[in-house]
Amino acid sequence: MITTDIGIIGAGPVGLFAVFEAGLLKMRCHLIDVLPQVGGQLSEIYPKKPIYDIPGFPEVKAQELVENLMKQIEPFKPTFSLGERVDSLMRNEDGTFVLTTSDQTEIHCKVVVIAGGLGCFEPRKPELQNLDRFEGKGIVYMVKDPDAFRNKKLVIAGGGDSALDWTIYLAEIAEKVTLIHRNESFRGAPDSAEKVHALAQAGKIDLVLSSNLLAVQGNGVLKSVSYADKEKQLREIETDYLIPLFGLSPKLGPIADWGLSLDKSAINVNTFDYSTNVEGIFAIGDINTYPGKLKLILSGFHEGALMAQSAFKFVYPDQKLSFKYTTVNGVNAF
Amino acid sequence: MISFQVEDRNGVVQTVEIPEDINLSVMEVLKASEYPVLATCGGMALCATCHIEVKRGIEKLNSPTDTELDMIDTLPNAVTNSRLACQVRVNAQLEGALLSLMEESN
Repeated sequence: MITTDIGIIGAGPVGLFAVFEAGLLKMRCHLIDVLPQVGGQLSEIYPKKPIYDIPGFPEVKAQELVENLMKQIEPFKPTFSLGERVDSLMRNEDGTFVLTTSDQTEIHCKVVVIAGGLGCFEPRKPELQNLDRFEGKGIVYMVKDPDAFRNKKLVIAGGGDSALDWTIYLAEIAEKVTLIHRNESFRGAPDSAEKVHALAQAGKIDLVLSSNLLAVQGNGVLKSVSYADKEKQLREIETDYLIPLFGLSPKLGPIADWGLSLDKSAINVNTFDYSTNVEGIFAIGDINTYPGKLKLILSGFHEGALMAQSAFKFVYPDQKLSFKYTTVNGVNAF
Repeated sequence: MISFQVEDRNGVVQTVEIPEDINLSVMEVLKASEYPVLATCGGMALCATCHIEVKRGIEKLNSPTDTELDMIDTLPNAVTNSRLACQVRVNAQLEGALLSLMEESN
């Protein structure tokens, strides 16, 4: 069990800077992020893009900003659980929290700060009736163990890189692979598209183009998938598995089940200190919402500073907080 | 003024009028007009929550970038004239267009 003052969910720029603001008030932080590296969207999506609206930086590359933030918080010795998703939050009788991650890491903390940005990226699902009835009973959104598909009949839906790559890979393992794609051509990597066409010509897979999934049928477990073909004719294929691979879409994930007041996919906060409706849980950065909210990194930095002032009373209930400037007090490392 | 039409998810069509020099994306205009567009990613063609079908006038709009096409390609409910509203600029080319909000994919 990791013990800290503040458990920060999300190691993007806002989560990182929150460590600095907490550190000035002598509060220790542990950060958890589902991505394998710090930096959130900045490192994952646009590391080389310049950002122009960070005060004091006329222009800074996203990854550089992350590196600078890491340097800035170094004196406060933050600790990290990366590549792990926070799956549950439990409240102890004394008001403290235990966060448990997907790897069963437990983090015991006095305050929880959600700095989750867009949320977790989860597989996008097709809109088909009864889809949920067969999830885990023939419909899977991720290939975790390819061997599970050995000698099975599979339908893969989608046209991106992952649909192409898995079609190629599973063609060798499964009894039969059918790839259904909405378009006539693929936008994925040209070599992969070529390989898929070659497999289809060799009769090793069935390639169904310009077709859309329509329905899933079964009796407890998935038995068949229907689609509309090029001529809009209804077709049905018997299958053991349907693997829809339609990319990832950002979702709140397990956070949605923690009793927090939500507005669409954002967490409502009080702008006094960016606290949520649950005592001891704060939400900062792109994941929160309030009247006038701007999804800017600089807004998240400000929110982190105000959050820390209120978090102090949970970490040091017997002490009085006196605000000090870094110009007067410096940065006192742990 | 630029005038175009928006069809909501219930099929109700309304005309939207916007000053020509506004320099916004269609997603921003839809949000400002209180249409239920989440725009989770803030306009980076990442979440596709602003997915629209251009039912009239697609030929006049700015062409989609590879990033936008790649994202649209992953959507289970994409159609021939799908666009992401965050990648469509509001300018004179939008005059007379009919944009229909697509259901959000889960």
